[in-house]
Amino acid sequence: MKTNTSANAVRCAGVQKHFGEGDARIHVLRGVDFEAKQGELTFLVGPSGCGKTTLISVITGLLDSTGGSVELFGANTRQLPPEEQIRFRRRNLGFVFQQYNLLPALTAAENAAVPLLAAGMKRREAVERAKALLVKLGLENRMDTLPSKLSGGQQQRVAMARALVHEPRLIVCDEPTAALDHATGESVMELLADSAVHPERAVIVVTHDNRVFHFADAVAHMDDGRITHSEQRN
Amino acid sequence: MNFVALRMLTGDRAKYLGLIFAIAFSTFLLQNQTSIFAGIMSRTGSQIADVTDADVWVMDPATEYFEETKALKDTDLLRVRGVPGVDYAVRLFKGQPVARTPEGNFSATVVLGLDDATLIGAPRKMVMGSWENLREPNSVVVDRAGYMLLFPGEPLELNRTLEMNDNLVRIAGISEASASFTSFPIIHARYSAAVNFLGRERSQMAFVLARGQPGVSAEELARRISDATGLRARTQNEFRWDCINYYLKHTGIPVNFGITITIAIVIGLVVSGQTFYLFTVENLKQFGALKAIGVTNARLMGMILLQALTAGFIGYAFGTGMAAVFFEIFSQKIATRGIVLMWQNVVGVGVLMFLVVIAASLLSIRRVLVLEPATVFRG
Ligand SMILES: Nc1ncnc2c1ncn2[C@@H]1O[C@H](COP(=O)(O)OP(=O)(O)OP(=O)(O)O)[C@@H](O)[C@H]1O
Ligand SMILES: [Mg+2]
Repeated sequence: MKTNTSANAVRCAGVQKHFGEGDARIHVLRGVDFEAKQGELTFLVGPSGCGKTTLISVITGLLDSTGGSVELFGANTRQLPPEEQIRFRRRNLGFVFQQYNLLPALTAAENAAVPLLAAGMKRREAVERAKALLVKLGLENRMDTLPSKLSGGQQQRVAMARALVHEPRLIVCDEPTAALDHATGESVMELLADSAVHPERAVIVVTHDNRVFHFADAVAHMDDGRITHSEQRN
Repeated sequence: MNFVALRMLTGDRAKYLGLIFAIAFSTFLLQNQTSIFAGIMSRTGSQIADVTDADVWVMDPATEYFEETKALKDTDLLRVRGVPGVDYAVRLFKGQPVARTPEGNFSATVVLGLDDATLIGAPRKMVMGSWENLREPNSVVVDRAGYMLLFPGEPLELNRTLEMNDNLVRIAGISEASASFTSFPIIHARYSAAVNFLGRERSQMAFVLARGQPGVSAEELARRISDATGLRARTQNEFRWDCINYYLKHTGIPVNFGITITIAIVIGLVVSGQTFYLFTVENLKQFGALKAIGVTNARLMGMILLQALTAGFIGYAFGTGMAAVFFEIFSQKIATRGIVLMWQNVVGVGVLMFLVVIAASLLSIRRVLVLEPATVFRG
């Protein structure tokens, strides 16, 4: 094992988040302490409504917290100017959503190439790189297919390719298997464990799906806006 | 990301065609209505433009436009001729007698009586015969549209007769006159003959047509004539605009067209603007995903502008094409001849559609800029 395997990719301390003001105020995150290490697949689990999605939104900078601190790779990205934060996200983060969120008008390969295009890479080169990755993910026959013609599992693999193509240091997946049947979910998770995990990368997976728990290196249990306990698996 | 923006635009065929259609239809409607309006308005003075021999039209100060004239006195002609800088000045009779055909058809007409000696003001565009035939006794020249009105369904033919106030006249030529506002037949005759076509209304010297000596501009000549005689003297172009302005001011036409055009503008703008705005709103989830992935706001704005301008341009091009075909067909028809798609309207509508598209994209951009990227995690 490399020395940096256990370095923290994500470190949250006392993170607070509430929505609304006055009587309508909902306190969703009530002082979250959470860590995700490089080289590990960290599961974030807990009952519906406990704040998992909110937490990863705060971690990835899509939402602002109302208190506490979030460090990514040892830096507090919130102190960067807004455009820098976006650039940081573009370079270092990859997303997999429950609903895939692919662009319906783009082919599988073009969808997977979007992060490279967003970073200014030429279309041909970006699509070539996306295709190479899709081959690894078993989609070599589906590269020029539109998302509407793909199965749920295939769409989620395209979404994974999009999360991986720019080799980010942190990948965040919100319920990546929830819309898939068990066997498909299992194979997607297996691919994620095989392809995404990398000594210099952390992967956080939010899930309800206890059928895939055995893939986890670490599991953080969340309830009512707090991490109740964490366990190391291997 | 430009190809991504264009793919998003064209990806959903139905939405894309709907958007193009909305813009094309608005463009067509606006160009169509404004051009027809301009065409009808320009007809009010079209007979003035057809007279190529005169720089300046002189009339009684009470005469405001071509259709309704107060007679000048014979001495007025002499006074105009006496103004320094006038090369020639001739009388022009104008009356609206009824003409009957031997078959019993009849119609009110516009008769223009030309100076017997010079025939100044004669139609220069002839379809059949020659304007010089007017020198023969009892001869007139009828315009082609008027002929078709008086002799419906019959071929153009010289030497047919018309009867006006018990005068039998012979059609010695058929001219190609610009369409008039009233669509009455335009009949040219010698002055001495024309005065007999009207019976009781005598002495209808409606206008004096004048031309300046070399070096005297039309404006200068008009100013000199009105200063010296107290009559109204207008250049050809001024008099045309007098007629247009008279109709704008004193008839319901501009109001009616104004309402139609306003409705066309509002509907066109609302439909095209709304369609594009909804297009963006329906794609908000996609924009949210791009935002989460790290596409900057500036890039997203560029993408939306590109989509709007592309759709706007294609729709506008189709709409203009439709309008061009429409006017190409209708300018061939005798009743709608001369009503053309004017470049001013094409440009004006283009500017208008451009502003609409920009406005719609600004609204769309606002929606995308305030969009919380965190919404991408929600189902
Ligand atoms: N933008 C918002 N405005 C107000 N309340 C919100 C907002 N986002 C989330 N919440 C509330 O915060 C709480 C936690 O939501 P969150 O989506 O983080 O839960 P979750 O753990 O991801 O649940 P699930 O497992 O069902 O996805 C919920 O009660 C939700 O209604
Ligand atoms: Mg959730």
